[in-house]
Amino acid sequence: MKISLSWLREFVDITESVEELRLIMDDLGLVVEGIERVGEGLEDVIVARVDNIALIEGADRIRLITVDAGNGPLDIVCGAMNFEVGHHVPLAPVGAVLPGGFEIAQRKMKGVISNGMLCSARELKISEDHQGLMILDDLITPVVGVKLMDALSMTADVVFDITVEGNRPDAWSVEGVARDLATRFHRTLRSPKIATPNVKATTDSFASAGIDDPDLCGRLTVSVLRNVKVGPSPDWVAARLTSAGMRPISNVVDASNLVMLELGQPTHPYDAAHVAGKTLRARRARSGETLETLDGVVRELAKAGRGLGDTGEDCVIVDGDDHVLGLAGIMGGASSEISESTTDVLVEAAFFDPMTIARSSKRHGLRSEASNRFERGVDPNVALRAVGRFVAVLSESVPGLEWMASPLDIAGKTPELPVVELRDNDIERTLGIAIPVKESTAILEGLGFSVSEKNGSLFVIPPSSRLDIRSGANGRADVIEEIARVYSYRRLPRRSPSWPTPGGLSQLQQFRRKVRDVCIDLGMNESWTPTLGSDEDFDLVHPGAARVRITNPLASEESVMRATTITGLVKAWGKNVDRGTGDVVMGEIGVVFTHPDVTKNPHNTKGGVAGSVTLALPEETERLTVVLGRPKDDATTAVAFWNALATRLNLADVVVRTLDAAPGFHPTRCGALVDRATGAVLGYVGEVDTELVHVLAPTATNRRLGLIDIDLAALSDHTMAIRTSQFVNVPSRYPSAVIDLAFVTPVSVHAQDLAHALRSASDLVERVELFDVYRGTNLPEGTRSLAYSVRFSSNEATLSDTEVSSARDALIAVAVSLGAVLR
Amino acid sequence: MSTSPLDNLAAQKAELLEKVTSLTTLDELKEAEPFITGKRSILSALQKSLGQLDADARADAGALLQEARREVEAALTERRAVLSKQARAVALESDRLDLGDVVVSAVTVPVSVGHPGLVGSTQRELEDVFVGMGFVVAEGPEVESDWYNFEALNIPPAHPSRGMWDTFYVELGEPETVVLRTHTSPTQIHLMENAVANNSLPIHAVAPGTCYRRDTPDARHLATFHQIEGIIVDRNITFADLAGVIETFTHAYFGPDIESRLRPAFFPFTEPSAEFEITCTICRGEGCRTCSQTGWIELGGCGMLDPAVLSAVGIDGDEWSGFAFGFGIERCGQMRHQIADMRALIENDTRFLGQFS
Repeated sequence: MKISLSWLREFVDITESVEELRLIMDDLGLVVEGIERVGEGLEDVIVARVDNIALIEGADRIRLITVDAGNGPLDIVCGAMNFEVGHHVPLAPVGAVLPGGFEIAQRKMKGVISNGMLCSARELKISEDHQGLMILDDLITPVVGVKLMDALSMTADVVFDITVEGNRPDAWSVEGVARDLATRFHRTLRSPKIATPNVKATTDSFASAGIDDPDLCGRLTVSVLRNVKVGPSPDWVAARLTSAGMRPISNVVDASNLVMLELGQPTHPYDAAHVAGKTLRARRARSGETLETLDGVVRELAKAGRGLGDTGEDCVIVDGDDHVLGLAGIMGGASSEISESTTDVLVEAAFFDPMTIARSSKRHGLRSEASNRFERGVDPNVALRAVGRFVAVLSESVPGLEWMASPLDIAGKTPELPVVELRDNDIERTLGIAIPVKESTAILEGLGFSVSEKNGSLFVIPPSSRLDIRSGANGRADVIEEIARVYSYRRLPRRSPSWPTPGGLSQLQQFRRKVRDVCIDLGMNESWTPTLGSDEDFDLVHPGAARVRITNPLASEESVMRATTITGLVKAWGKNVDRGTGDVVMGEIGVVFTHPDVTKNPHNTKGGVAGSVTLALPEETERLTVVLGRPKDDATTAVAFWNALATRLNLADVVVRTLDAAPGFHPTRCGALVDRATGAVLGYVGEVDTELVHVLAPTATNRRLGLIDIDLAALSDHTMAIRTSQFVNVPSRYPSAVIDLAFVTPVSVHAQDLAHALRSASDLVERVELFDVYRGTNLPEGTRSLAYSVRFSSNEATLSDTEVSSARDALIAVAVSLGAVLR
Repeated sequence: MSTSPLDNLAAQKAELLEKVTSLTTLDELKEAEPFITGKRSILSALQKSLGQLDADARADAGALLQEARREVEAALTERRAVLSKQARAVALESDRLDLGDVVVSAVTVPVSVGHPGLVGSTQRELEDVFVGMGFVVAEGPEVESDWYNFEALNIPPAHPSRGMWDTFYVELGEPETVVLRTHTSPTQIHLMENAVANNSLPIHAVAPGTCYRRDTPDARHLATFHQIEGIIVDRNITFADLAGVIETFTHAYFGPDIESRLRPAFFPFTEPSAEFEITCTICRGEGCRTCSQTGWIELGGCGMLDPAVLSAVGIDGDEWSGFAFGFGIERCGQMRHQIADMRALIENDTRFLGQFS
């Protein structure tokens, strides 16, 4: 909301500098988003008369102008063409500094000396007009040599752009902001001039009003203004509106807007001649009713909207024929708009139920200055005071204006003001400091609260402008915030609390960190790929599967929640390949989402109005996904990466089991990561499906891309992925014996299973390592040769040949029992 | 009676279809295509010959020919799919690798240097500061019901304050009842509900996590971003403790010369509420463009837990009180590393990632 300093000064004395005031408003919670200085840099600009216009030899776009600004003839070179001898124009003499800091100096152009600059309105930041010089004769009766600001009755002003917080319905007005300042400064808040009805005839002899639905309309006042002459507003009114960013329209509309900005009460003027029966009633819109609003859109009323609890209620104003005139508190209709011929005006000043306005405004996509205020809660008691101000302002341009006695004032249901009890130590309990009762009372009273003391408690009733103040414990917090705000947060104490329980990370969190660290150590670049993707990408890995969809995505490519991190990573890698920086390992620990209909573990949670129903939400699981894209990377380096990771994570024995397919993987180059002891599948290792690479990283088609995709929760779960004992072995001090064993083994026997069997065959085995796999036509069909290096050792003594030999025999026997034959 | 050029169309079509069926590889198909449907096919030749017919006859014959062409093209497309599938199966078979037989010691692993992501690292640094202050780290889901994301936080349906968050809705349940969480604050509710259910108050926790707002990304905002939320529920907790925690954190994370200050603000779930600002880390409080010459920059929001929130989760506000705070993780990282455009964070350009260690 834009508020000028001069306007604020009508309500409260302000002696502080602009910068001081900014800090104080911030500290009051009236956050200043910007400051605009009006009239700055115009101090030196004076009124000059054009006395002669001469051409300059060799120049057709500039002319030599001789002006008089009170000190005799002055030559100025000027490019504008829109004026004649005798016109008065603004002159910035040599030495003047224009808005924006442009300093005027004596200049020589085409051999002619120019002693200043004649200005356009835009150059002076007075308006956007840049069609030529500002011709003052069109606006005023100019006097040569007078300062331009005096000539135009301009005063330098400062406009603050303030963000009004959601719990400050009162601060949507100049008076409300001024009230905060007056309270902080301990200064008096002045009221503007308020008129009273000035004719004997009563309003009910001319108009009537009613409320059909008191829950939607809490108060409806209708005033009748007669002898209205629609015309332009006085300058000061236009200036005020302009400073607030509103366009002056006519004296009646402007008065309405001015009052809204000043006192926070939106009013609506109707041309009485176009209101059937001179009657205004507020009621619930009925299904099937429509309204063409001032913006030319025909709106269906009373139509249920999306979102919780939106039954489609609209409050409308109707005339004597029960015809809808406007959407109450939001926007009027065209039929009863004020026009140049209007002479009798019905002024509606009302209170509407804030939630009804909020819902209607959201449902119809209509926001107006009025709805912004009504939905936060306009003071139900300010209506007739606002009309009094309306009349006072309008009377300046309409001297014979009549306001009929006893305006209609229909009561509906207005919110009850709570009585909030502040107990003896409530303030200290919340703020950590006891603010003296005298000081807190003064603050509250300054803000318009009424305060009484009884049995050590303060009983506080908010003003009707503060419908945000709740009752009971909630209201207590609201009132304490008001006290703290004006007292100043900066004066509140600070204390470092402590408690006996230690901080820390959960086991999963510690594990996640370790996984991330190890992967980075192994060369992974931690990436962050999008959670939201396209249907096409989703179908690449989970064709046709149920998916979690966004109702209102920013783009269709971002309308589906990912079920894998593989696509995002391959895409990101592909972009790096395009940039020539793709020889990297990229990876992510990220959440993927499974539709509740297709998972065994939907996330059941409280939902619905007041959390009264159980909702099945998507299952959220964390994946560790690593894409290996260096030139020599493929499924084998992915296995090597996994082995290193598994070792660092102390996994006891997780084996790679060849698999026919896993989502996103190359079908003949992928394996499951299976814990031998528990049988749990922790994830997959292999290569990215070539088709996926082709689609997602087209410039990298035919490049092999290693891939690891693991369920982080399974990996971290010690009952699924068994860890090695935390008790470690001290290696034998005696020399060890190393032998090699090669077995012709059926393909059905996994190399890692055979290794495991060998390892268990003798207590002397220290380590078994596969070092060669040989396939050849000289081997029987359905077999291959697996060669292991076996290290024997003993903690007792150096092994004898016999011991090694019998251990070797034991290993061979075990292998044979699995169908392997020593080569 | 003159003969039409299409007299033999049925037989010609049959021949083409047979040819299509006889194709056995994609290469064959590619080679044969011009002769089946392409420029050198009988179909194209027939098309040309239609020119000799009068207008009416030409239209009829054209339609007939078009129909035949459609049929042949469909057969070709179908054949191509079959052959592609076969080709893929063959390629996959020749590519087959038994990953159980990989000789790890024989694999040549390229050496490369990995880098942590900015968000992950910043989150960890922030967590470490809070863990050092005695907080535990909690987490919550990214898809939330309206209840957790809004209503339990004292933001009733359709309340104007919902305008503070541009919300992505998820197509589940009734319209607009399931959301991508717009802030980490729902985790507060989960923590309090659990503590009440397990009788395990007090709570001293921070909850980092991914949040979503329906906001077109620009240099300063991303639609997906991360927040860290803090919450304390304990006995005798006051606004002074809140200000103290913010100050301790600010010094610990940003350095001893960075100050914090609070100014009134509005959040539906806290009262009194504050926005917290810290000394501008660019100019160290001198005033610069980043801080609009004020010397201060906004970091996040905070406040005493609103009694309505406590009562929504069944905590007795006379016995317990508490506060919450929250701020953006990217913003902290952005300030520390002076990142001009936040969008770099989601582009995963290794030239960007490579600068973090």
